[in-house]
Amino acid sequence: MTTIDCTWLSFDAAAEVERIVARLREILSRDLKRRGLVVGLSGGIDSSVTAALGVRAFGADRVFGLLMPEKQSDPDTLAISQIVAEALGLEFAHEDISAILESVGFYRRYDDAVRELVPQFADDWKSKVVIQNGGDVAGFNYFELVVQSPSGDILRQRLPLKTYLGIVASTNFKQRVRKMLEYYHADRLNFAVAGTPNRLEYDQGFFVKNGDGSADVKPIAHLYKSQVYELGAYLKVPEKVRNRLPTTDTYSLAQAQDEFYFLVPYHQMDLCLYAKNNGISLEETVRVSGLSVDKVQRVWIDIDRKRAATRYHHLQAVLVADVPEIAL
Amino acid sequence: MSDTRTRVRGFIVEHFLFGQGATLRDDSSFLEQGIIDSTGVLELIAFLEQTFSIKVSDHELVPDNLDSVDRVCVYLASKTPKT
Repeated sequence: MTTIDCTWLSFDAAAEVERIVARLREILSRDLKRRGLVVGLSGGIDSSVTAALGVRAFGADRVFGLLMPEKQSDPDTLAISQIVAEALGLEFAHEDISAILESVGFYRRYDDAVRELVPQFADDWKSKVVIQNGGDVAGFNYFELVVQSPSGDILRQRLPLKTYLGIVASTNFKQRVRKMLEYYHADRLNFAVAGTPNRLEYDQGFFVKNGDGSADVKPIAHLYKSQVYELGAYLKVPEKVRNRLPTTDTYSLAQAQDEFYFLVPYHQMDLCLYAKNNGISLEETVRVSGLSVDKVQRVWIDIDRKRAATRYHHLQAVLVADVPEIAL
Repeated sequence: MSDTRTRVRGFIVEHFLFGQGATLRDDSSFLEQGIIDSTGVLELIAFLEQTFSIKVSDHELVPDNLDSVDRVCVYLASKTPKT
């Protein structure tokens, strides 16, 4: 196993928690005028740390947790999310979103899109989408559809435009339905909705516009994923969460985040992004990350491309002309 | 201007630039000019495969082949059987 020198990302967890907590109190009281936070709990480290920070800032009675699995979610998701909510002493609700997804036609639309490539795909098959890289170090990314038959046979095919867009458009229902429920509970409680992206996700646009990308405040968007884990340890987030591999929990086949979106595992993505942001040399980044020269160069090129490609995700509705009376 | 060049340039200008392509040079990088992103690459591939009846292989998904009108034309010449 590669030994990684993580001093780049070391920080004073206690001081960082105090800083975030102070800012959250300011933001909710001065900017948002809301009395607490709603946090969608996925059983992952990001949402768990966000909820724990909310509890530090406002108390457990001012943080409301939402558990929103659906029938394709990892079977562990619900139980682990519940462990987090109970450990933090939160009030929480379990809102299974399968029926909503069924009613908007998610499962049918998704299956129809997959069947454009794999006509035999059926209810008892599983699938996921994985990222691949074309050609040389500057090669474009593309996506493959991976399907698994009930007998365990695996098929992989590059996704053409129409199928890719159809699959993305339908799976985005999941994040958007969850956000709709978060805002329902936020409105009912006069709370704000907390977004849970870490810095990798925020920087690289790894979120659904008006889905998990939508929120009133994003308490950990400035923190690298490794730092979020460090805060998780400091805040005593349950070990089951801290030991869980980051997954998208979006597709019926198990899928790590770096299979779907990032080119290398999160701890190496953290180092590459940190190095790029701080002007650290290629040689030093290679030494610290344990990645090859080609791989670091490829990741750096990909970071720029994703920033460009996902600028749309960050943009609010763009006005054709200024409305100066409405200052944001 | 060759028919291939006209069709490729026409697609880029109409599809990505809504006809506002007067300043687009044939050697302009689509990426550097911000004309296409990752989904744009898929759109370009779909256009090339449908229009020129070719199959773009995974290893050919590189800027050398797809990042300007000039590069696309050279790439297509390498793919299209000469008659």
